[in-house]
This record gives sequence, C-alpha cells and structure tokens, in this order.
Amino acid sequence: MAMSPKDRIKIQRQSMPERDAGLRSGDFREVNIGFSIDLAQTESVRCLQCKDAKCSCGCPVGIPIPEFLERIAENDLPGAAEILLGANALPGITGRVCPQEEQCEQFCVRAKSKNGAPVAIGHLERFVADWARENMDIRQICAPPTGKKVAVVGSGPAGLTCAGELAKCGHDVTIFEALHTVGGVLTYGIPEFRLPNKIIEAEVDRLRQMGVKIICNVVVGRTFTVDELLTEEGFDAMFIANGAGLPVFMNIPGENYKGVYSANEYLTRTNLMRAYEFPVVDTPIIQGDRIAVIGGGNVAMDAVRTAKRLGAKVATLVYRRSRDEMPARREEVHHAEQEGIEFRMLTAPLRIIGDEKRWVRGLECQRMELGEPDDSGRRRPMAIPGSEFVIDCDVVIEAIGTRANPLLTATTPDLTLNKWGYIEVDDNGATSKPGVYAGGDITRGSATVILAMGDGKRAAMSIHDYLAAPAEAPAGV
Amino acid sequence: MFRILDARWLASDVKWFRIRAPLAARNRQPGQFVILRLEEGGERIPLTMAAADRNSGTIELIVKAIGATTKRLCDLQADDDIADIMGPLGKPTEIHACEHAVLVGGGVGTAVIYPLAPALREAGCHVTAITGGRTRELVVLEAELKTVCDDVFVTTDDGSCGFRGNVADKLDELLAGADRPVGVVYAAGPVPMMRAVCDRTRAKKIRTIVSLNPIMVDGTGMCGGCRITVGGRQVFACVDGPEFDGHEVDFDELADRLTAYRTQERAALDVYEHEQTHECGSQRLSVS
Repeated sequence: MAMSPKDRIKIQRQSMPERDAGLRSGDFREVNIGFSIDLAQTESVRCLQCKDAKCSCGCPVGIPIPEFLERIAENDLPGAAEILLGANALPGITGRVCPQEEQCEQFCVRAKSKNGAPVAIGHLERFVADWARENMDIRQICAPPTGKKVAVVGSGPAGLTCAGELAKCGHDVTIFEALHTVGGVLTYGIPEFRLPNKIIEAEVDRLRQMGVKIICNVVVGRTFTVDELLTEEGFDAMFIANGAGLPVFMNIPGENYKGVYSANEYLTRTNLMRAYEFPVVDTPIIQGDRIAVIGGGNVAMDAVRTAKRLGAKVATLVYRRSRDEMPARREEVHHAEQEGIEFRMLTAPLRIIGDEKRWVRGLECQRMELGEPDDSGRRRPMAIPGSEFVIDCDVVIEAIGTRANPLLTATTPDLTLNKWGYIEVDDNGATSKPGVYAGGDITRGSATVILAMGDGKRAAMSIHDYLAAPAEAPAGV
Repeated sequence: MFRILDARWLASDVKWFRIRAPLAARNRQPGQFVILRLEEGGERIPLTMAAADRNSGTIELIVKAIGATTKRLCDLQADDDIADIMGPLGKPTEIHACEHAVLVGGGVGTAVIYPLAPALREAGCHVTAITGGRTRELVVLEAELKTVCDDVFVTTDDGSCGFRGNVADKLDELLAGADRPVGVVYAAGPVPMMRAVCDRTRAKKIRTIVSLNPIMVDGTGMCGGCRITVGGRQVFACVDGPEFDGHEVDFDELADRLTAYRTQERAALDVYEHEQTHECGSQRLSVS
C-alpha cells in the first residue's frame, strides 16, 4: 500500500473506541474496546516512516516502531507481531498502561505540525499484541539449557520481563512472589478496567511454557534471605524486583479514623481480593457514598475511578497543583472526566474530620494558587489564607506515593542503598553484591511499568553476560 | 496447597493445627506469624506460629473460631488443605535476658506467649506464665506451659479454676510479692487485657512487650492497613512489629480500628451460618 507522505499526512488520528462512560463506570470491564483492523491500518498509515525514528528513542525498551507500523499497514500482522515481541515481552500490558504521551508519541513528527496529533502508537501496540495472543502460537523458542539457575524476586513487570529474557537464553529461572497471585502491581494495583487479568495470565502462561518456575507465598528477606538463595539453594545469580512497598501517609490529623485508606490498600482489597463481591468472597471494603482521593498520579486516578465503580455517588479527586501538573496518563484523566469524577484542583488537604465514633465525615482543605517553579520545574502551589473549606465524605484515600520496602534490604547488609533506602544499581542493573541485580521500583521509587520492564530487560542481558563470563571468585568470599 | 497433618480442639472454640509448610517453617523464630488464605475467594488473615520444625517442615497454629474465616479454618481437620500460607512474617521477639520474665496470655493470646518461654529460659530467665480466661473452659495450653515455664498461674473471671480475677490482677499480686525482680513482661491477648497489663507495669517501670493484632491484608508493608501509633509515631505492625513497647502503644486507636469491619464481619458470619444449616459450603468455591 504505497501512499505518498502528502496523502499520509491528510489522515487524522483515529480515536480509540470506548465503552459508554455511564455503563462502564458501574463495572470493572475494560474501558477501551480496541482498534478494528480497519482502524489500525488507517492509523498505521499515518506514520511517515522517519529514517531517524525519534519515537523509538523515546521508548524505554527501544521498540522499532516504524517497522511494526509498516507491517500493519501492509496487513502483515504476523510480521508486525514478530517485530514487536522481539523487542517487548509484554506488549499487551504496555500498550495499555504506558504513558505514551511522555515517551514514543511525544517525539512523533506528526505531533510537531500545527493541529497535529501523534500516531496512536500505544493503541497500535495493544492491537498487535491482542491479535497475536488470539491468532498466533507465540511460544518462544529458547536456547539450549545452560545449567545456570537464576532467582527472580517479584513477579511484577520487571520480574516477568527479566524472567522471560533469561529463559530465552536457556537459563533455569525461578520467580519468587510474596503474594498468592502472580503479577505484582499489575494484579494488585492496576484495576481490570485498565488492564484485564486475562492479559497478565496469558503473559504468565507464556513464561511457564518457556520453563520459568513460579513459587508464590515466598517473602525474600524472611522466607529465604538473599544469601540463602545464592548458597543453600544454589542460584548462580539473582534479579531483585520486589517493588516499592510502603505507602506514604500525609501525616495530617485524623489519618487513623475508620474510612481512611492508602490507595495501595483500597486497590489491593478491590483488585487482588475482589472485595466488590463481598460477602461471596471474604474480604470486605468500606463502601462510602462520598469518597475523596488525594493525589494526582495514575494510582490516584485508579483509586477514584474504582470508588465510582464500587458505588460512590460522589467520587472526588483532590490535587494541590493544577491539571497541567498532574502526573497521571492523559487518557486516564480523560476517562475519569467522562465517568463523572469531580476534580478539585489547587486544593490541599489539612485534616480529616471524624465523628464521635471516629468514622470519617469530611476532609478539610485549603485552596492553593501557583507561584514560581520549584525544584521539580513545576509551579509551586501556595496556600491562599482564609480559603479553608470542607469536602463532605465518608472515605478518604491517600495516593501520594510510596517509600522503600525494608523487608529484603534489612536482611541483606551488603547491598548498598541510596539515602531513601532504595537499592543502588549501576548502568547494567548490577548492585554492590556480585551476581545480584535489581530493577523496577525498588531501585527507582515509584515509576512506571515500562521503566520497570526496561530494567528487567537490561538486567537480563547483564546477568546473561555475568553467567557466561569465566568463573571468578564466588559471591561472599 | 498446604496439608493439615494433625488437628485437635484445645477448648470448645480453640483448635490446634500442625500443618506442612516447609518454607514458612525454615526460618521461623518465636514471635513471627504467617498470613493464611483458606481457599479461592478467602481473605488473608495473620496468625502467630505457636511452633515450627524446620526438619519436618511443619508449623503449628492455634486458632480461636471467632469470625467466618477462623470458623471455616476450625472446621478443617487432618488431611484437609489450605490454599496459601506465607511467612515467616514480622520481626522475631526481642529476647530480653533478665533474672525473671513474666508471660501474660489472655485467651488464645496464650498461643502467642507460649513459644517465647523456651527462648527466655535459654537466655537464663526464670519464666513465669499467667494464662487466663473468663471461665475454666476458655483457658488453653495450661499443660503445655507447665512443660516450658518455671511457674504457671491460671486465672478465671468466675473463679472456676485457679485465681479468681483477671490476668492483670494476678500480675499485680505477683509483682508485689515476687522474690525475683521482674525484668520484662510479655503480654498477648484482647486489647483491654494488654492495656490493663501495661497500666500495672508502667508505674513500676517494667519493660512490657505486647504482641498486636491489627487488621492486615498483604502482611509485607504494602497496604498500610495495620498502621498503629506507638510513641506518637505511625508504624506498620507487619514490618515494624508485631511486638512493641506496650507503654508507648495507643490502645484506644488500635481497639477502634479493629472495629472497622464489624458490620461486614457480622454479614460474613451470617453467610457462614447459612451454609452450615443448608450444607452448601462449596458454593463459594464456584466463584473464581
């Protein structure tokens, strides 16, 4: 389908078909329906096939984007899938959760022109990944067994990616997961309306087919220490990707009233434990009529949209800066607005108000205005004196970030940590401990799925090199 | 799956289990707990390990049938399976070597202090245990305590067995008359009981360690549901505890937060009781 750049440039960006906002905000099924083949082809033709593809440079795992888009345009979907899966082990996941507007799509030349919009790379990635899952035998061919054993700590995006890459190289990989279900933040954190569990299950099944073993209910740092895995259990190398961990609270009065949740707890009760089916399942959740969520990132957005789905009449997002500074994905903000989420921008919580029985009854806030840019480059919010007011609510959810989980690091004294308690790694993902690599949120703090996956991929290459190198003094000598 | 090897009732509503769980057993130290999930759709609940044996790969749990999940657990017997057991979790008990250590257990809290006795004895302490219940029928582990402690006192509110009164009253009497100075008190049980013990030891400035049981979900620090206030500071029982300096704990807040799901707990019990009368317990399993 040869088409001149002039013709290509006339095509407008195709929008993603979505389920009706009124219907979808009452259930947990996925919001986006996905591109049809026609939409996908029309959209992929919009790519101008830049020789110097800036989009690929914006991708943390370096997907050769113009190449797979061209295959879609040529109706060669198996070819597109092969290119995509060659660079990205979990495209069905990243196509749904990557902040494309800050990565590949930000650099798209189509976005540079007046009224231009970038090629919908994320939506096309999702399209190809879903097509491949349903139509191809995407069983990975692995190299012959090397006889080397690698332990992967955590089954989130970094761990799954690293395990897949190592298995491809012929290594004997075991993933240790603390919870009873695989997937880490993909399972307990990101709701099904953004990322259905069946997508994660399919990816995990593929790893199992490649020979990756997964053992749940193992807390590395307690069940086994890192050293026990390397010595007693005979692992030759290890990748630590056990996630960020502990939720941060604002430290405002009233935080321990009944009805105050961290977003982690609220989402875990809903996504991992399916509290919305209570009492058919055993895990309860406090179902408020009026719910206030504090924060402006993706986790805050997930929590406030989940609250709506759990039956909140009013679900309000409280954020101290303005909409432009919100770190959440643009698509999530857009979907949240469609679903009737109330946005209270430039609003900072002061205290949580409780009744005499210590149940949450309100959130006292203060209005803010934007001043000069701060260290982060964003304009600093400043309180407007005398602007205090109360948001009536019966549940408050705090989604303001996490801090490092000490469970593994506390029992591994020779791992160098940074001042926030996260594990320090070099450019290859190597820690201060020989044979031990790390990535994802335990090295970065709260980051994104794709950055974690990039870490997993990079560490896998480093581990492969480490295992191939002639034997040096073993760790701990 | 985790197989129950042995189970027996210690009291009408308290059951002892020995379970095959080699990974939880291998590094377990006194004071540590597991998170257990009975089956698909089940909730995750924390339970202290009363004992563990690395060689046989087994752990022991003592469970009071009080809510829907613990009642379902206590309906199980040898050769039944439990879906998930994760552990060991929490910090091990700080073994405070001194001349005389006193263990105070209220009801099933006795299962939490019972495993500390051998470790304290090993550290050279004279170990006294006080275990109590409302009535004789609710006193558990008396015989077991006698095998690992130097002295054991039983209390019952109604005087049906041992000292008439509660464990805190007995502790008071002991502290007043002890010929060996008490260097540390460990207490586990209902919140009012732990608070009462701490009130008695505070004036005498005796170090008092309590084992707390707030509501938990993941048990690894990720959810923050088990947050409590100790010495004016927010801590998470799962990673910072579960044992804390009892004189610093905000017991009012802990007691209040434990009631957060009272309505739902009642609803879950109704479902359980309905299943019992209609014998359709397996229906829950069809939802996955």
